[in-house]
Amino acid sequence: MTEPVDLHAGRVAVFRRQDRLFHGVTQFFASIVFLTLFGILVSLGVEAYPSLSTFGMAFVWTDVWDAPDEKFGALIQIYGTLATSVIALLIAVPVSFGVALFLTETCPIWLRRPLGTAVELLAGIPSIVYGIWGLFVFAPLFAEHVQPHLQAAVGDIPVLRGLFAGAPMGIGILTAGLVLSLMVIPFVASVMRDVFETTPPVLKESAYGVGCTQWEVVTRIVLPYTRVGVIGGIMLGLGRALGETMAVTFVIGNANRITGSLFSPGTSIASTLANEFGEASPGLHLSSLFALGLVLFVITFLVLAASNWLIARGRAKAGR
Amino acid sequence: MRKTHFLKPILVAILFSAGTYSAQAADTTGAGATFPYAIYTKWAEKYKAATGQRVNYQGIGSSGGVKQIKAKTVDFGGTDAPLKDSELDAAGLTQFPAVMGGVTIVVNLPGIASGQVKLDGPVSAEIFRGAITKWNDAKITALNPGVALPNTAITVAHRSDGSGTTFVFTHYLAKQSTAFLRDVGAGNTVNWPANGVGGKGNPGVAANVQKIAGAIGYVDIADAMQNKMNFVALKNKAGNYIVPNQAAVEAAAMSANFKVKGMAPDLLDQSHKNAWPITSATYVLAYKKGADAARQKGVVDFFSWSLHNGQKMAEELGFVPLPPSVVKMVEAEMKNIK
Repeated sequence: MTEPVDLHAGRVAVFRRQDRLFHGVTQFFASIVFLTLFGILVSLGVEAYPSLSTFGMAFVWTDVWDAPDEKFGALIQIYGTLATSVIALLIAVPVSFGVALFLTETCPIWLRRPLGTAVELLAGIPSIVYGIWGLFVFAPLFAEHVQPHLQAAVGDIPVLRGLFAGAPMGIGILTAGLVLSLMVIPFVASVMRDVFETTPPVLKESAYGVGCTQWEVVTRIVLPYTRVGVIGGIMLGLGRALGETMAVTFVIGNANRITGSLFSPGTSIASTLANEFGEASPGLHLSSLFALGLVLFVITFLVLAASNWLIARGRAKAGR
Repeated sequence: MRKTHFLKPILVAILFSAGTYSAQAADTTGAGATFPYAIYTKWAEKYKAATGQRVNYQGIGSSGGVKQIKAKTVDFGGTDAPLKDSELDAAGLTQFPAVMGGVTIVVNLPGIASGQVKLDGPVSAEIFRGAITKWNDAKITALNPGVALPNTAITVAHRSDGSGTTFVFTHYLAKQSTAFLRDVGAGNTVNWPANGVGGKGNPGVAANVQKIAGAIGYVDIADAMQNKMNFVALKNKAGNYIVPNQAAVEAAAMSANFKVKGMAPDLLDQSHKNAWPITSATYVLAYKKGADAARQKGVVDFFSWSLHNGQKMAEELGFVPLPPSVVKMVEAEMKNIK
């Protein structure tokens, strides 16, 4: 009688050892992520130190980027990064929303799969392809058929006139934002679709049962239920837009200035890094590029923190 | 048993990659300027066919090439901006030119043919400084009697990436105008004026010039010819208006004195009557005393072969071969590489 009990105890010990091993291995992998993040932050800080100690915090709000004179500030790049990302989100969020709602709510079943796959494939296109397409196909069309009409339509309306001022060259802040929005849509749309699908059918069916319209089901049932996931999807898109490098480099125009016009060329943090890193002279120039990287790191961190705060607030509200 | 089956292909793959790696380790490696990348790889391809030796060059940019050779990760470095004597001595490096090229000003003026617009150095500097903003500005029309220049705004198309092409072009303009040196500067990355638009690489600038009416930009001659762009006739030091071509670049080299340390005379604005004013050479950096004699010999053999057999290939790709007198000097210089 004792023998089977011993056998059992032996197996338990083996399981326990396996569990411990599994725990250790996963912990090791997780700590690699943390160490990498920490290592990147430290090396960015070390490399950026000469620049930050020379220019101080003014680095963040100085709008000069002058390599020959070794005067550097990040405001132009921060502006370009934020402006293009905001334009991208302004377009991508409503469009993705429509795409996701169509796919989950109103699309005929037979079309769902091919359309969903198409959206996901769009996310798989390398960003340089978007850049080349943007420069050689989109920008000329935009310059010839859209920009002049936009300027004509806006006419002399005070604020808008300034936004669309300047020669219609086809490349610039607005073009970069538009190309970015195309790149962000598949990400945001597929996340939104996935979270919309998590809405329990019971809830939707009961809403339809009491006579709700499709619009009411979407705004009263689906959206409140999936708010956290939707915010997460938008933040994922924003993260991609902030850090996008090659596509933006091709179409943003790469000019170190802020004009306030969306038609004028500008530059973003990522595109400045892509352009200048390879040939930057060692010293303040290279160090300032690292400082730019650090700024992008901080912006990304703030975005992440804001999204977590939004999600937490959403959860708290829902709980109330 | 399962585990060994699973591991086997991985082990085999590792062994094979180690095998190819050790084979590569005996090859000559170089890295640096992207400008001569096309000709170095062409030479390497033909050199391998002729001798069986492999040469591997990576176009990572001039600054990268200097960093790599100093870190001794490559056998030779390539740079468009020659190193100073003191820097060569400090690192124990020798430097020689491999091939020449030129930078040309290109424009997009609908209805005006290539070579029809004439510019001189000072007016070009004013345009690229952003001080002249219209094509029918009096300073431009004064050089172009009889050419109907439009009342179009000028857009300055420049490189957005740090570049040897920018280095050469801005040094030329800075020689023409102190205001240009003050406002824009001279170097790989400079402070372009407000009517500027940056493109990545020579193709990026070429694309911007071709798309934007009224644009003026600078690209290397080979790229300009491949893209069939509209040139500007530029006034040289002798007072003649020159349209860029190989003969004009060769003429610039003929009146330059390569008998200086580092073999890097200033090729800009040479006095020869047919000289193209914006001429430059691209340089090779190698250690005088290397750790591995076989690898050092690999560098010498490759460039000796290329300078003898590769001149025609260079011409075909839009580069300008070194004049025979300079080739002799490079061969004498390479004797120092041991």
